[in-house]
Amino acid sequence: MKYLALALLAATPLFGVGNYPLHLMILVLLWGYIYTSWSLMGRLGLVSFGHGAFMGIGAYVVVMLWNHYGVSPWLGVLAAFGATAVTALVIGYPCFRFKIVGHYFALVTLALSEVARLIIVALRDQTGGSLGATPNSALNEGASASLFALQFSDKRVWFYIVLAAWLAGLWIWQLVDRSMGRIALQAIAEEEEAAASIGIHVTRTKLQVTMISALMTCAGGVLYAQYQLYVNPDAVSGIAISLQMVFGVIAGGMFVRLGPTVGAAFTILLAEALRYFFGNKFPALDTTIYGAMLVLFIIFMPKGILGAAEAGWRKLTAKSPARA
Amino acid sequence: MEIFDIFLLEAVLNGLLLGGLLALLSLGLNLIFGVIDVVWICYAELIMCGMYAVYYLHVQYHWPLLLAMPCAIAIVAALGVVLHQFVIRPVLGAEPINQLLVTGGVLFFLQAAATLVFGIEFKNLGVALPAIAVGEMSFSASRLLAFGVALAGMVAMYLFLTRSYLGTAIRAISQDRAIMPLMGVSPTRIFVVTSALGGALAGLAACLLVLQYDIHPAIGLSFGPITFLICVLGGLGNMLGGFIAAFLFAQFISVGGFVFHLEWGYVIAFVFFIAVMFWRPQGILGSK
Repeated sequence: MKYLALALLAATPLFGVGNYPLHLMILVLLWGYIYTSWSLMGRLGLVSFGHGAFMGIGAYVVVMLWNHYGVSPWLGVLAAFGATAVTALVIGYPCFRFKIVGHYFALVTLALSEVARLIIVALRDQTGGSLGATPNSALNEGASASLFALQFSDKRVWFYIVLAAWLAGLWIWQLVDRSMGRIALQAIAEEEEAAASIGIHVTRTKLQVTMISALMTCAGGVLYAQYQLYVNPDAVSGIAISLQMVFGVIAGGMFVRLGPTVGAAFTILLAEALRYFFGNKFPALDTTIYGAMLVLFIIFMPKGILGAAEAGWRKLTAKSPARA
Repeated sequence: MEIFDIFLLEAVLNGLLLGGLLALLSLGLNLIFGVIDVVWICYAELIMCGMYAVYYLHVQYHWPLLLAMPCAIAIVAALGVVLHQFVIRPVLGAEPINQLLVTGGVLFFLQAAATLVFGIEFKNLGVALPAIAVGEMSFSASRLLAFGVALAGMVAMYLFLTRSYLGTAIRAISQDRAIMPLMGVSPTRIFVVTSALGGALAGLAACLLVLQYDIHPAIGLSFGPITFLICVLGGLGNMLGGFIAAFLFAQFISVGGFVFHLEWGYVIAFVFFIAVMFWRPQGILGSK
C-alpha cells in the first residue's frame, strides 16, 4: 500500500502533468523535507527559531561561491555543511551545556536567525542585500541541464531530486526515531536532571540531533536556491522563515512522520487554492486565514492535522467489535 | 579627529534616546510575562495596530492628534484584553511552548490581516517635527519627545505598581500565583487588567513610533525581535533588567551602526545577546 502510493507519486511526472502542478509538488516535497528536518528537534522539546540561519547559510554559501569564484555547488555544499556545523556547534554547545531550554532556547535561536539575515543584508556588496541574488546561469546555447552547476531547466529533474531528498529525510527521521538517542532525548525533554542522573549525556545527545537537523536544513536551503535560481535574505533566513517552519510542522503534526509533509502540503495548497478562487484581489487572504487557523490549531488540536487524524482513527478502530 | 568625536558623541546621545523608546517597548512585554508568564510574540504587531489606529483617526477622519492618540491607546488596550480572553486563556494550562507559539500565530494573523485591510503601501502621518541643533550635533524632536514620554510612562507605571492597591495585587500575583487567590485576589481579573495595561503600553509606544517611522504591515518584524531579546537579556519579567538592557542594546546599535554600518550595529547587539545568554542564561538581573 505504502509502496504503491510511492510508486504512483514517483510516476506522476511521466503522465505529462503540467508545469504548474509539477511546480507545486516540488514545493510541497521540498518544504516537506525542510519541515521534517526541523521536527527532528522540535518533537524532542528543542523548539528552534534558528533554522532560518541554517537554510540561509546553505542557500547563500553555495550561490556566493558559484557567483564569485565559480566553485561548483557540489563543492559549495561541502563548504555550506562546514559552516552550518560550526554555527550549530557554537550555538548548540553552550545552550545545552548551560541548560538553556524552552522559551530561552527559542529566543536565543531567534537571535541567531536574525543575525544570519542581517549579515546577508549587511554584506550587500557581495550578496546583493535585500534585493537578493541570482546564481549565474550555466545554461547557455539551449542547454537544459548542467550537472556541474546543479542547474536544470526541466522541472521533472527537480521533481526527482526533491523526491529523493524528501525520502532521505523521512528515512533519517525513522533512523532517529528508532535510535537510543531518541529515547534519551525524550527522557531529557521530560526531566533533564533525572535523565542525566541515569547516565544520559545530555549535552552530547542534544548536539547530535541538532547537527543532523541543521545539516539537513542546510541542504534544503541549497536545493531551494538551485531550484528557484534566486535567493533573498527574507526568503531563506530571518524570523519570518523560521516561524514558518515551526508553524508548518505544528499545523501538520510534529509527532508523526508524515506530519511535517502534511503541514507543507496544507499551507502551500491553501495559499494556491485561495489564490485560484479569489485571484489576486486579496493579497494576504491566505496568510490571514492561515494565521487564524494556526491559533485555532494550537488551542484545539495541538497534535496537528495528521496527529489528530491518527488519534481519531485509533479511537474508531479501538471501538470496533473486531478488536474487543 | 575633532569631528569624529563630536559625531561619536551624537551617536551615543542618539543611542540614549533610542534606549528610552526600547525600554518602553520592553516594559509592556515584561509586565505581561512577569504576571501571566506568557510571552506575547505578537507584541510588536499590537503596536503596528496602534500605529494604524493613529494614522486612520488622524489622516482619514481628521481627528486632532491629541484626541487620536488616547483613542489609539484605548483601542490597543482593548486588543490586549481580547487577545488574553480568546487566545491566551484557553492555553493557560497547556505546555509553555504552546503558549509561546499561539501568539506567534496571532503575529501571522495580524500581519496578514493588516496587509489585507490596509494594503502594503507605506503610510506616513505627515507630521514632521523639526530637528533640534545643539552645537554641531542635531537631534530629531520626535526622538526627544519619545524619550521623554517613554520615561514618564515608565515612572507612571512604577508608581502605579507600587502605590496603588491594584498595582500591589499585580506584583503579588507575579510573586506567587498559587497563594494569592487565598488572600482574596482573583487572578482572572488581575490577568485581564494586566493585559489591558500591557496593551496600553503598546499603544503608547505606537503613538511615539508613528511620529518617527512610516507604517506598513511588516513593521512589527523590524522591532519585535529586538524587544524580546531585550527582555530576555534583562531577565524575562524583570522590569529594571529590561530597562538596563534596553540602553545597552541601543548603544550597540547606535554606536556600532555609526562606526560600521547600521546592520552591523544590530549584528553586534545580537551577538552580544547570545554571548551574554551563555554567561548568564537567566539574564542580567534575572534570578534563577
